[in-house]
Amino acid sequence: MNAITAQKLIVQKDKTEILHGLDMTIQAGTITGLIGPSGSGKTTLMRAIVGVQKYNGDLQVLDTPAGKASLRTRIGYVTQSPAVYDDLTVLQNIRYFARVAGVPIREADAVITKVQLNGKEGQLVRSLSGGQRARVSLAVALLGNPDVLVLDEPTVGLDPILRNELWGQFAELAKLGKTLLVSSHVMDEAERCNELVLIRDGNLLWNDSRQKLLEHTKTSNVGDAFVATIGGAA
Amino acid sequence: MYHLRATSATAGRILQQLLHDKRTIALMFLAPTVLMSLLAWVFSNNDRMFNSIAPALLGVFPFVIMFLITSITTLRERTGGTLERLMTMRISKADIIVGYALAFGIFGIVQSIITSSVAIYWLGMDVAGPQWFVIVVAIADTLLGVALGLLASAFARTEFQAVQFMPAFIFPQLIVCGLFVPLAQLPDALNTAAYWLPLTYAVDALNGVVANVDITGDMWRDIWVVCCFIIAALALASLTLRRRS
Repeated sequence: MNAITAQKLIVQKDKTEILHGLDMTIQAGTITGLIGPSGSGKTTLMRAIVGVQKYNGDLQVLDTPAGKASLRTRIGYVTQSPAVYDDLTVLQNIRYFARVAGVPIREADAVITKVQLNGKEGQLVRSLSGGQRARVSLAVALLGNPDVLVLDEPTVGLDPILRNELWGQFAELAKLGKTLLVSSHVMDEAERCNELVLIRDGNLLWNDSRQKLLEHTKTSNVGDAFVATIGGAA
Repeated sequence: MYHLRATSATAGRILQQLLHDKRTIALMFLAPTVLMSLLAWVFSNNDRMFNSIAPALLGVFPFVIMFLITSITTLRERTGGTLERLMTMRISKADIIVGYALAFGIFGIVQSIITSSVAIYWLGMDVAGPQWFVIVVAIADTLLGVALGLLASAFARTEFQAVQFMPAFIFPQLIVCGLFVPLAQLPDALNTAAYWLPLTYAVDALNGVVANVDITGDMWRDIWVVCCFIIAALALASLTLRRRS
């Protein structure tokens, strides 16, 4: 089953075309890496999926056109810079978004444990480290147990141990049947995803498993494979 | 009813944010009182002059301060990504706008009560009409500042621009609202213009309650006009929030 399907997806911003007719499918229950250099259109694609970016063409999320109000409770979105309130505590942030999402308080407090921020509940977000702030933002996205999680560069700037832990959590979520779309401009991160979407300058380079990518390009890592697909496309 | 929940949650969240910022709260509540006292001191030999300016200022202070605070806070939400996150959630644009108006409205009400009480009971501002009406007008002015601040934030990209909107939108209203020169003495064109600006009505209502023992029909009309401006500005502000760009 496909969780996300795009057909001839075109996005324009200020008369500049960012995505040029993308065709893409993302299977439910997988971790898909959305990989591409900065400026390739990753964030734009993610914004279209979560329903805050206008688009042309067809974009279905959970068999519903992206942007429909009914999807708002079923998608969790983590923006690149943590979209949480600096001048509130961790707990106040979580509880506010929980009330907006209609999630009971007990469940709201539980997501703090999920992202391992116990003991930091009463601290102002402003006083947290970058990685901790990113985890508050992730915790908000986990509220309400959404079926699809769209994570824009969630592990940038995190220390390797924490990055491991987060990828572990992503794997757990995928096992529960959640669909995760995780973007990164760091090729190493792609090694952790079984499914890959490679994009460059708004064009799709690859949309299949990592295994097949490596076989197809006869390379041993995604970085080399990325270069090889560009060579093939040129 | 998720609208009710989302609105009250938003209002509560903004109050929490303000409560973490003790300095802003102190400035919000103390600055108008200090300015009012300064004014009384300046005119300590001229009670008549103080009595002619002070009432109008009771409306002007909360209006200006709330305009600034609201436009900057809202702008922060727009640029900080939290507004976009909310837009991916089940909350309507009106929920957010009304949440803001409620939270700042509560602060404005407290501020108005403090400033009016100090002006009337301590600085000896003479009010011929009922004192509660002074507070009602001051609250309306507060909400007017909130509503225009919400609207203005849509047209500012940076906090610098938001601050500049005060001289651009607020000062012209101050100059022609009847505070410096009575409306009747204004040149015709300015007199007409003044009646298109909300602050004029607020100042007129305050001057009215100071001079008249009973509340006149004109004073009620003033209040209604200010309320219409508030609702129009809030409605326009919610139109400026874009769920999808």
